[in-house]
Amino acid sequence: MRRGNLPFKHKFELLPEGGAHVIGKMIKLFKVKEKQREIAENANGRAPVRKQSAGELRLHKDISELNLPKTTTISFPNGKDDLMTFEVTIRPDEGYYLMGVFVFTFQVSPMYPHDAPKVKCKTKVYHPNIDLEGNVCLNILREDWKPVLNINTVIYGLHHLFTEPNYEDPLNHDAAAVLRDNPKQFETNVKRAISGGYVGSLFFQKCVQH
Amino acid sequence: MAELTDSRSRSRDLDKLLLRPGNIVGKLFEPGPELRDDLREYARVLVVGAGGLGCELLKDFALSGFQKLEVIDMDRIEVTNLNRQFLFRLQDVGKPKAEVAAMRVMERINGVEIVPHFCRIEDKEDDFYSKFSLIALGLDSIEARSYINRVACSFLEYDSEGNPFEETVKPMVDGGTEGFKGHARVILPGTTPCFECTIWLFPPQVKFPLCTLAETPRTAAHCIEYAHLIKWGEMHSGKAFDADEPEHMQWVYTEALKRAELFGIPGVTYSFTQGVVKNIIPAIASTNAIISAACTLEALKILTGCSKTLSNYMTYNGLEGLHTKATEFVKDKDCLICGSGVLLEMDTSITLQKILLPYPCFTNSAQFMNLLGEDPMVLLSKPTSVVYMGNNLYKMVPPVLEEMTRSNLSLRLFDLMDKVSMGVVHVTGTAIKNDKKNSSLWKIRVVFKGMVDGVIDMDLAGGA
Repeated sequence: MRRGNLPFKHKFELLPEGGAHVIGKMIKLFKVKEKQREIAENANGRAPVRKQSAGELRLHKDISELNLPKTTTISFPNGKDDLMTFEVTIRPDEGYYLMGVFVFTFQVSPMYPHDAPKVKCKTKVYHPNIDLEGNVCLNILREDWKPVLNINTVIYGLHHLFTEPNYEDPLNHDAAAVLRDNPKQFETNVKRAISGGYVGSLFFQKCVQH
Repeated sequence: MAELTDSRSRSRDLDKLLLRPGNIVGKLFEPGPELRDDLREYARVLVVGAGGLGCELLKDFALSGFQKLEVIDMDRIEVTNLNRQFLFRLQDVGKPKAEVAAMRVMERINGVEIVPHFCRIEDKEDDFYSKFSLIALGLDSIEARSYINRVACSFLEYDSEGNPFEETVKPMVDGGTEGFKGHARVILPGTTPCFECTIWLFPPQVKFPLCTLAETPRTAAHCIEYAHLIKWGEMHSGKAFDADEPEHMQWVYTEALKRAELFGIPGVTYSFTQGVVKNIIPAIASTNAIISAACTLEALKILTGCSKTLSNYMTYNGLEGLHTKATEFVKDKDCLICGSGVLLEMDTSITLQKILLPYPCFTNSAQFMNLLGEDPMVLLSKPTSVVYMGNNLYKMVPPVLEEMTRSNLSLRLFDLMDKVSMGVVHVTGTAIKNDKKNSSLWKIRVVFKGMVDGVIDMDLAGGA
């Protein structure tokens, strides 16, 4: 352990014997230096520093490495300099939800990847694992999140929910029960919901793209 | 004269450490009365947090010969704090913690000056943090630690050999407690691991599957999280839940109770609801005292050199018997927060395009790739993105970002970096290391030729 490399100690170290007055001078020199630097920085027109959190840096890496399925697009509603909020649009190319267009909002915290991104489904959808508020039951978003996972994994996970809806982990209880007991009826319900219409007493906006 | 004698007797014990030579002292330890006096005069310590640990830290620093202290905390005193945050009294409830804590210690201990700051840590400019000799952390959140760590590490500058400049090192001591358990650690940015190097030490928060909450609750916590995460959204379309709003908490408690009754689950109480929603961990006064004492002693050792310091992470567990251990963690040399990154000198005329062009065509001038290529550690090819202070200068993928950043390609990097003489950019790309291709993120310290203005960086220019 080196202890000499500390600012406070460093000042002592330069002191000649019994030089209380020198400390004052040194502090003054230090102050002058600080002032000079301020002036130099202002002259350079340096903008206030926005420091990036480790989470933001990691997200940059994730975004640069995105390898999205063809059915998926990403957009950044707050522009190119705010990647911490973004939207992912999924257009399933098979299964019950074929032709539908589903938008998810991602909110990434500075503690990413220690904390999982917060994901909500913006499109109201008739789905066993997504409730009507847009909460998503996907294990890697909560109990099974690990820092080695990334945005790509989450997007694939969401995509999977549309190809393989799962009645065993229901958030929308009714939809799950229909899928389990009467898949044909489930298919009809999904078609009705994504083309805009009622399933039972619930209205769903049209989200089909031709 | 009476005063002099008093002050001498007050520091009698401290003098034993600071006035006498020893064998296990720091390399540059210079014992003597000046050291003690300088400690009072020039050691400025910031205590972050004025809660359970913060109260202890302020008291310990003030009683250990430090006289210039500041404390920052955004909270007001609550009645539930009084069992362990011993600087507060019943009549202080509702007042800012930082202000009351500072006042109480100053009333009690002569000669100590404590400047309170009743605000969020993010509200202060970086300059505020740069004036302290040491920062002591008494926090209960990873986020806040991570923020202070980031600020403290941002002062760090490296010479061309990759060694930290002594005057840019901002030491930290960090304490943390959870019931009977605690840790104390020493962070010397550039030498010991920073908070981000060892973020994995913090276990992820336990999260229940949403479908369990929605369908098969089994515990009181499940019922509370159901009310908090699912029911709240259903009933309050769009209104965000605020854990500091007693009405909101009461609502969650009531809903959780209903759900618990429905499923026949015992154990939902108002205070447990608060505990689950705010992730409150029970605090024990004596654990705080132990951890704070360790932190304060380490701070004293760091600043005076009167003994070797903890290297570098002490854990204390008093839950079953007592176990305590010091572990020497190593820093992550590629850490994006405290690492030195790669130093690159370049011409002010270089455009972003030139830096990013696919490789074979540029071998002559200063570009990320070929300069990085000279670094034996790094072989970077195909950079795909360049970020400067949160601004995306260029992103090759996804296409939507490529389109938004394409116009920057023809601009000079110097202009894109606001004409600073030096700055840090982050570059992603594919790196080849030990014959393996890996996508990586690199921290690159760019120094523009002829722009270095002699105050902080003469060595950088010389060594590049």
